[in-house]
Amino acid sequence: MSTAVKTQKLTMVQAITDAMATMMREHDDVLVLGEDVGKNGGVFRATDGLEAEFGDKRVIDTPLAESGIIGTSIGLAMNGFRPIAEMQFLGFIYPAFNQIMTHASRIRSRTLGHFTVPMVIRAPFGAGVRAPEIHSDSVEALFTHMPGIKVVIPSNAYDAKGLLIASIEDPDPVLFLEPMRCYRSHKLEVPEEKYTVEIGKGARLQEGEDVTLIAWGAMVDVIKKAAKEIEEEEGVKCDVLDLRTLYPMDRDLISESVQKTGRAVIVHEAPGTGGVGNDVVSLINDTSFLHMRSPIKRVTGHDTPVPMCAIEDDYLPDANRVKHAIMETIRF
Amino acid sequence: METQFPMKQILNEDGVVVNSEYESQMTEELTKELYIKMLRARMFDRKSVNLQRQGRIGTYVPFEGQEAAQVGSSLVLEEGDWMFPTYRDHAATLTYGHSARNLFLYWKGYPMGCVPPEGKNIFPPAVPIASQLLHATGTAWAEQLKGTDRGSIVYFGDGATSEGDFHEGLNFASVYNAPVVFFNQNNGFAISVPMEKQMKSKTIAQKAVAYDIPGVRVDGNDIFVVYFETKKAMENARQGNGPTLIEAVTYRYGAHTTADDPSKYRDQEESKRRRETTDPLLRLERYLKNKGYFEEAWKTKVEEEITKEIEQAVEDMEAFGPAEPTDMFTHVFKKPTWSVQDQLDTFKAREKEEV
Repeated sequence: MSTAVKTQKLTMVQAITDAMATMMREHDDVLVLGEDVGKNGGVFRATDGLEAEFGDKRVIDTPLAESGIIGTSIGLAMNGFRPIAEMQFLGFIYPAFNQIMTHASRIRSRTLGHFTVPMVIRAPFGAGVRAPEIHSDSVEALFTHMPGIKVVIPSNAYDAKGLLIASIEDPDPVLFLEPMRCYRSHKLEVPEEKYTVEIGKGARLQEGEDVTLIAWGAMVDVIKKAAKEIEEEEGVKCDVLDLRTLYPMDRDLISESVQKTGRAVIVHEAPGTGGVGNDVVSLINDTSFLHMRSPIKRVTGHDTPVPMCAIEDDYLPDANRVKHAIMETIRF
Repeated sequence: METQFPMKQILNEDGVVVNSEYESQMTEELTKELYIKMLRARMFDRKSVNLQRQGRIGTYVPFEGQEAAQVGSSLVLEEGDWMFPTYRDHAATLTYGHSARNLFLYWKGYPMGCVPPEGKNIFPPAVPIASQLLHATGTAWAEQLKGTDRGSIVYFGDGATSEGDFHEGLNFASVYNAPVVFFNQNNGFAISVPMEKQMKSKTIAQKAVAYDIPGVRVDGNDIFVVYFETKKAMENARQGNGPTLIEAVTYRYGAHTTADDPSKYRDQEESKRRRETTDPLLRLERYLKNKGYFEEAWKTKVEEEITKEIEQAVEDMEAFGPAEPTDMFTHVFKKPTWSVQDQLDTFKAREKEEV
């Protein structure tokens, strides 16, 4: 007789809260710190109820200072704790960039492993929720370019809980990016118990033979929609991949898929130049060049600051842009 | 403001006690220990400059003139305390127990130079300015959460007080009452920029007022006042009374690094004069002489012992063998990612081919 796993239907943001609570119950050394994470439960309610359960020594409202939050978290992490530092928005991480780039990411290598920084930085990001200026930046590429830090981006509730637990357990710093558009866009059955989704492994969401669609974060819903529509409209069948981790990237999943389809469309909302999509193109070149039937297409945000919300839809890739790119690869 | 933060002094430039508050603790034994440790630091520093001139190590950052500030403050640490030095603080790290060999290795460009001896929580030199103040606050905060009586000391220069992280560090430590001693060495220059172009405030100690923590200004060339004031601040921190900002007013005689030329930005006569007037080692020697504790034969013997230790460290540095290039790959993550592993494999294969 199999024991059914107890699940509950959660939004992605609830799953994130659940992941932190699960780990905090199990490990006294896990701390949450950031602006408004305590009484207020975070501006997106991601830490809702944690202070009530774990107290203000473990769920800490910090001064309003991003470099301070990351810098002190580095000290806490080096000295026996596993801090989860919340950036209120990824667009506010720039003052902390120095701490992450010059310290968190390289303390292990500078000291040949004598000191290590097992910390998680959580940050909501991405456009499409009508947030004010600067709140919507997608600057994941700044961090995939940074040696010594992993970059994880879930797109749904189940993955969010499993990936966040894996990130907290990781012995190295992890930047955990939370697409704001996915926070409450749908609910999934999420196990109540602890489980992990392996960092570095992507997911295939749909099987198809004609073209590989690759995205992460909020763009996963966009490629799913495009895949559904293009099948109905043109009979084109897409292999749909959610990368889930941008560094390290799932080389095997990408290669296996494009070697089957011979075509690829990569979609991200960050600007195209210097974007992570370029790394996917390189990876495909390295592993699968002779399998390709057409040039790889990228559908990305523009090389502009994310505009104010009256025109942000004109910035963001949508299903139509993706479908257009799919047909270009098919008709090449 | 300057009058509210007078420069505390115990020993004046002639080696005469001007404040008897700690006189009973100024034993012959302590005085000689302080002298030996300062002399050792100075000889290490001079050796390093020479090694750089001979091309046996890379660019070096000399600290001559700042021995009292560093030795006096670091001597108050106990096993398990945390030290966050800058690249100019080898007198402090040596005093707390870093090996001279590893310090030489650091300047020779070996990653091993960043590794402290077991049990000594000495962080690698902070290269970006002021960012280490937050690490000191974080590690101290962790000690507080664990309920120990350990603390952190963090070193930084006058220029660092212009950085945002200086203020964030003091603010966080103040809010969480973290057991940290913020130890500023005000040597008057941030590379070439003098204090009066760095800030309008006349003292650095006064910046503590904004964070409602004690701010203390000491003569950084008087090792007694540095030692006793840092000890008091650290004991205060251990007792749960939070952080202190100490400004030690000192002077570096030489260049910012062996790569720059101080004659471009300051009067060299002043540096010469300082060696006669404010020099920390000379001042303590004068005190030792005044007290009748000083004998040339003793000094010679001490110098011989230090020379032996330093020569041994140089020998060990040079016998260390070539740096291991694969270290570059093997410590980025606990378990290498595939891209790091691929690059390591390629690197090794290429190395083999070249052989």
